Amino acid sequence: MAAVTDTLMPSGSLPRQRLDRDDLVKRGLMVVISLYLIVSLAAPLYVMLSKSFSTYSFDLTRYEFQVSDAAGHFGQTTTAAVLNDRLSVLTRDKLATNADGRLAATSFFPDFSFRSPVKYRIRGTTDDAAYLIGSDLHRGTEWQELDSNTFRRVALRSARSTGIGNYVSYFSTPTLFRSIENSLFIAVISTALTVGIAFGFAYAISRSCMRFKGVFRLIAMAPILVPSLLPGIALIYLFGNQGMIRDVLFGASIYGPLGIIIGSVFFTFPHALIIISTALAISDQRHYEAAASLRASKWRTFWTVTIPGARFGLISAAFVVFTLVITDFGLPKVIGGQYNVLAVDIYKQVIGQQNFEMGAVVSVILLVPALAAFLVDRLVQKKQVALLSARSVPYAPKPNRKFDRLCLGWCSLVAAFIIGILLVCQLAALVKFWPYDLTPSLKNFAFNHMDGGGWGSYKNSIQLSGLTAIFGTIIVFTGAYMVEKTEGFWKGRAVFHFLAMLPMAVPGLVLGLAYIFFFNNPANPLHPIYGTMAILVICTITHFYTVGHLTALTALKQIDGEFESVASSLKQPFYKLFARVTVPVCLPAILDISIYLFVNAMTTVSAVVFIYSTDTALASVAVLNMDDAGDIAPAAAMGMMIFYTNVVARLVHAFLSRAVLSRTQAWRSRG
Amino acid sequence: MAPSSNPAYLQISNLWKAFGEFHALKDVSLDIKEGEFVCFLGPSGCGKTTLLRAVAGLDLQSRGTIRQGGRDISTLPPSKRDYGIVFQSYALFPNLTIAKNIAFGLENTKRPKAEIEARVKELLALVGLPDQANKYPSQLSGGQQQRIALARAIAISPGLLLLDEPLSALDAKVRVHLRHEIKELQRKLGVTTIMVTHDQEEALSMADRIVVMNHGVIEQVGTPTEIYRHPKTLFVADFIGETNKLQARATNKNGVAFGTGELRCAPHSFDADQPVIAAIRPEDVIPHETGFKSGEAHNLIDVVIGEMEFLGSFWRTRLRGKKLGDEVLFADFSINAARRLGLAEGGFLTVELPAERLLVFPQGGDHGSGH
Repeated sequence: MAAVTDTLMPSGSLPRQRLDRDDLVKRGLMVVISLYLIVSLAAPLYVMLSKSFSTYSFDLTRYEFQVSDAAGHFGQTTTAAVLNDRLSVLTRDKLATNADGRLAATSFFPDFSFRSPVKYRIRGTTDDAAYLIGSDLHRGTEWQELDSNTFRRVALRSARSTGIGNYVSYFSTPTLFRSIENSLFIAVISTALTVGIAFGFAYAISRSCMRFKGVFRLIAMAPILVPSLLPGIALIYLFGNQGMIRDVLFGASIYGPLGIIIGSVFFTFPHALIIISTALAISDQRHYEAAASLRASKWRTFWTVTIPGARFGLISAAFVVFTLVITDFGLPKVIGGQYNVLAVDIYKQVIGQQNFEMGAVVSVILLVPALAAFLVDRLVQKKQVALLSARSVPYAPKPNRKFDRLCLGWCSLVAAFIIGILLVCQLAALVKFWPYDLTPSLKNFAFNHMDGGGWGSYKNSIQLSGLTAIFGTIIVFTGAYMVEKTEGFWKGRAVFHFLAMLPMAVPGLVLGLAYIFFFNNPANPLHPIYGTMAILVICTITHFYTVGHLTALTALKQIDGEFESVASSLKQPFYKLFARVTVPVCLPAILDISIYLFVNAMTTVSAVVFIYSTDTALASVAVLNMDDAGDIAPAAAMGMMIFYTNVVARLVHAFLSRAVLSRTQAWRSRG
Repeated sequence: MAPSSNPAYLQISNLWKAFGEFHALKDVSLDIKEGEFVCFLGPSGCGKTTLLRAVAGLDLQSRGTIRQGGRDISTLPPSKRDYGIVFQSYALFPNLTIAKNIAFGLENTKRPKAEIEARVKELLALVGLPDQANKYPSQLSGGQQQRIALARAIAISPGLLLLDEPLSALDAKVRVHLRHEIKELQRKLGVTTIMVTHDQEEALSMADRIVVMNHGVIEQVGTPTEIYRHPKTLFVADFIGETNKLQARATNKNGVAFGTGELRCAPHSFDADQPVIAAIRPEDVIPHETGFKSGEAHNLIDVVIGEMEFLGSFWRTRLRGKKLGDEVLFADFSINAARRLGLAEGGFLTVELPAERLLVFPQGGDHGSGH
């Protein structure tokens, strides 16, 4: 050995493998999908970030005026700044404005009259000093001579500068700053409640011998099928100002933190349950046998075996719920009352006050907890994978009447809560006017008579969900395939994987706002898709990209890594392998991705609320708008329409998974 | 073996493969003749799989060239090379029938459908599974699946057949059976074949030539008998078969000494008194009656029998003797010999270490896989 290591590898550069057509096609596809993610995610976020650091103000030193006497002789040149100092037209902080800010030039000339024969000259002192004459934009240091009648239509434009001014003013506005506290409060309480309730539920299902487990599982998943703001509507019916059982609250108001927390528990429950159930399912029977042989008490076993085994699941669930609550916008909008939270602030700043820069600031602040939760979750997930791969004997519970009854009671309680919320919405939608006229009626389904886009919005939602499911699945699966099954080019693949993981950390509202900044800019060549169905589809695919990506990766990792090598040794193009082997083998995962995208596209509000147009109004947004307009019963009705549509979609998915797969996947069973 | 005037079919020249600071291949050169069955043999991490993947174009080498059939294929992508490959995992497409798996490489070649069908039938017969065409891979046993993988690889009549640990995932019995079948098939087709394995038995029984590798270099290339009978390095002697490794010192060009005794050995080039390792296989030790003296036999030592271990077809004994110094000599004796000589623990015996079987290697060699 000693004799061998003496020789050194000859210097020189690494040889490069010649690319065949397959390599080129693969790289081309990867570039296309990377570009998609850059355009639909990275670029808008970047623009938003830079927007949050942009401040606008009138720079009065950049404009100079001359005024003539009645005979047309011009006097001396003065800057707007000098005039302002002399007249005190605008105080310092009034000079701050937004990107659209305009300041009438006449405000510096108190004796201005549009009928006077006096003429005015205006010019910039720098090349980029901008001002409007009517609607024509002028720049530069050329004098423009105008008569009085024209001069009254001159407006100075704001100048952009970069700095942390927006952040400073955000944090010095107590009401806005208060929202952070409120958001954290809501999120922490909701997380604790949801994780606790979901753990009890998951524990009952995996560790008891109670009956109706399948039914409970089904009911528990129902909240995923409705928009997050629907429980808010139900709570208003139950505990609102005219609520059915308002007195239960002993005078406390449902509008505010109480309502938001109850609603948040409802819509985050299934998410927490899925994660915790998985964590409990991988527990090892042998640990319990060991504990029993050591005569550990049930209580002790619970704390030394069950909880540590499920701890990664619990942490992961907590972070997921926290992120969902803090970034949710529909629920606090419907039932939050005067209680401000971050997500609603963004909406108010942008839709209410058209203050886009401040909206961007709140978005960036909202990104922080979401990003942190995302990072912690990724770390935890990595550890959990190691647990999963261990060979273990699945836990088999033994009957125990007392314990089983306790579990049944707990699950029934939770199920009653979920069904109750849905039932209230259903009842409210089907009677004429709660609580005064309880005759059954379908009038609340006559959406065309309400604000919110009518039945057209429902049709749009179906279209959006269908398109998102189809194109989203194609893009997501192809992208995951490129990441998982391409040789070499690993830097490109790493960047791509990062981009694919990023949407998980970006709240929908933030993404939607970023889309306004990016796509609603006439200079952007993609501007024409603004206000169309296309941008909604792109936004929704991107918003829900990560879960699909991970599902696809998991499925692809289970496929033998040598298939590509075999196919290329047999001189077959990769797309033949892809179409004939990879896709058929991954069909279950592909169907899962498409139903996930469909259901979420039906219920999403947060990302699309900024970018829908009157032609592309959506059902979920209609729920919000009808509620806003006071049409609560129709809002509940539309919410239930979304619910039924998703139930049907789920049934179709189940049918497809079972019927079609049993035919094409005959190979899975051993003969 | 083909006459040496024929140029090699596969020429591997000065191949290096670096993973960062680690060198998986170090200046590896090897010629393989047309129709040869060559085994890359070595412990895990020795570079054998890296070398195979470089030949296949799946992991490009860092330096060096590879020529196949006179063509430089060093930087060609796998699809532009000419080989069929079989992996340990079979890598059969689970959702395609056996027939479709085998036909996979035959499609897109403008062959008429009937011809493809006929070819698939022929291949199925060739690997001895004529009735399995319409089954799915999961319905076959591991050994059957590997035969299908083999049929798929040779369907396109490749110039080179690459086998990456093809038998490692199979049961011992199936493995023995299949290694015979693969060898038969290769002989019948005459296809140049490279097989990677860590199983010496597999290599010895199947290969025309064995390439023994360790730490990224080729230790020795030779026929199975050459490798076994005339190992060039201690590593080879130790990795293939079993061997005694005895601390000794050289006396002259064909002598070594342990403790007090001097023995004749195979010729070597060490200077007198240089410390060396003397190696002899346990089965090469010849037992004689106690006090045996013969004019022809030199290298006789008197030993005491230590532990005896019964290993079915033979006894493994631990021998100690004055002439061995402190070293313990392992020797395998047939059941017959043991009975004839009345061997028993604590008994005395004279053994002969045939000079041509007593090999001498430098000290400080690789003990990587010693026992």
